[in-house]
Amino acid sequence: MIAVLALIAGVVLGVVLDPTVPVALQPYLPIAVVAALDAVFGGIRAKLDGIFDDKQFVISFISNVLVAGVIVYLGDQLGVGGQLSTGVVVVLGVRIFGNVAAIRRHLFRA
Amino acid sequence: MTDEHRETGVGWPDEPGAAAAPETVTPRAASPDAAAPSPEELPPEESPAGERDAGERVPQRPEPVASGGSRPRGPRPAPEPDGLSEVDAPAEADPDAPAEPDAAAEPEAAPEDRRRPSAAGVMIGLLLALLGFAIAVQFKNVSTDPTLAAARQEDLVRILSDLEAREERLRADIAELEESQRQLNSGAQGRQAALEEARRRADDLGILAGTLPARGPGLHVHFGGPVKARAILDAVQELRGAGAEAMQISGGDGPAIRIVASSYFLDADGGITVDGRRITSPYTLRVIGDSETMRTALHIAGGVVESVAKDGGTVTDEPVTLVEVTALREPSAMQFARPVS
Repeated sequence: MIAVLALIAGVVLGVVLDPTVPVALQPYLPIAVVAALDAVFGGIRAKLDGIFDDKQFVISFISNVLVAGVIVYLGDQLGVGGQLSTGVVVVLGVRIFGNVAAIRRHLFRA
Repeated sequence: MTDEHRETGVGWPDEPGAAAAPETVTPRAASPDAAAPSPEELPPEESPAGERDAGERVPQRPEPVASGGSRPRGPRPAPEPDGLSEVDAPAEADPDAPAEPDAAAEPEAAPEDRRRPSAAGVMIGLLLALLGFAIAVQFKNVSTDPTLAAARQEDLVRILSDLEAREERLRADIAELEESQRQLNSGAQGRQAALEEARRRADDLGILAGTLPARGPGLHVHFGGPVKARAILDAVQELRGAGAEAMQISGGDGPAIRIVASSYFLDADGGITVDGRRITSPYTLRVIGDSETMRTALHIAGGVVESVAKDGGTVTDEPVTLVEVTALREPSAMQFARPVS
């Protein structure tokens, strides 16, 4: 419940404050968002499985975001930033789909 | 953060024991009680591995839905919180004791201690708020400038080079079109000039050929009394030699007759015949040209005036600023002559 409220509060804050993303961060923000979404869906699934762990969630959230950012940064330095970020998005997307499938099975038994 | 460091620092010595566990979830689930004393470090140590497991397990998961779902759930949460909180304190260093449970807090342990979930919960709330914030910002960012601001640097470079190539092509097109426009303009101008010139020449030739009316300064020359056709012809020749450009002659009756290169004069009873038409005295010549020169030519010694006077006629001339030569001559088609070019 707190988590949902925090998410909504964050969205509202983002809409109200309407900050501009620094140019240096622009390539990383979308990837970081996708990585965080992956962690969130993993957390929801773990919650439904009854194996949710606060610490694990926090660490996986942060590490997901950091690793995704580092990968994109490395890709940018190597000149394959576009391809690597596509790869990261694909991998995270697959994971999100898997987690959502598990959540769906939990919620609807189907 | 501090929790994380403490955890890993403690976790390292237990690596050999933990190494076997992270492989799969099943061994840990099978022997939670046996491992209870030592693996209080396991959950934290395993957390990254466990997270990875959670993700990687997904593809394998669908087949054993029932067993896989139930297996980790039962053994894992139940024994750990108890084992952790009790065994931790003695095994761990003293200062860590209060912090350790915080980090290891599990949802099932929440009812036990209100303080523990609040720290982790605050962390989770912060992270999720950050996520929501980032999502909103990114949405806004992408929607405000969907094309360029969100594009990567190499994409931008490619777009830029595309645009430059296109600009180059369009520039070439512009130059080409301007060139053809210039050509067409000059062609039109040339045609205009040629038309103008041709029209001017046609006017000149029309005046010479007597097919166009003309006006300009000149003389009115009146012949009175008996005048022979030869005298008129002499006068016409003399006036032409003096630069007359257009002439017409009219008699006491009958229409005016344009005098051109092929005009002829014949004596007829009571008058003369000009180009087949008969006119009678007095005659009037209307001449366009330099009046002074023509008058001098008429009055020259032994000239027209003298010879007409000798025959008993009179010639008077008056300079006129605007002589109108309105009589026209039908253009005659050439029977034999053809233009060379």
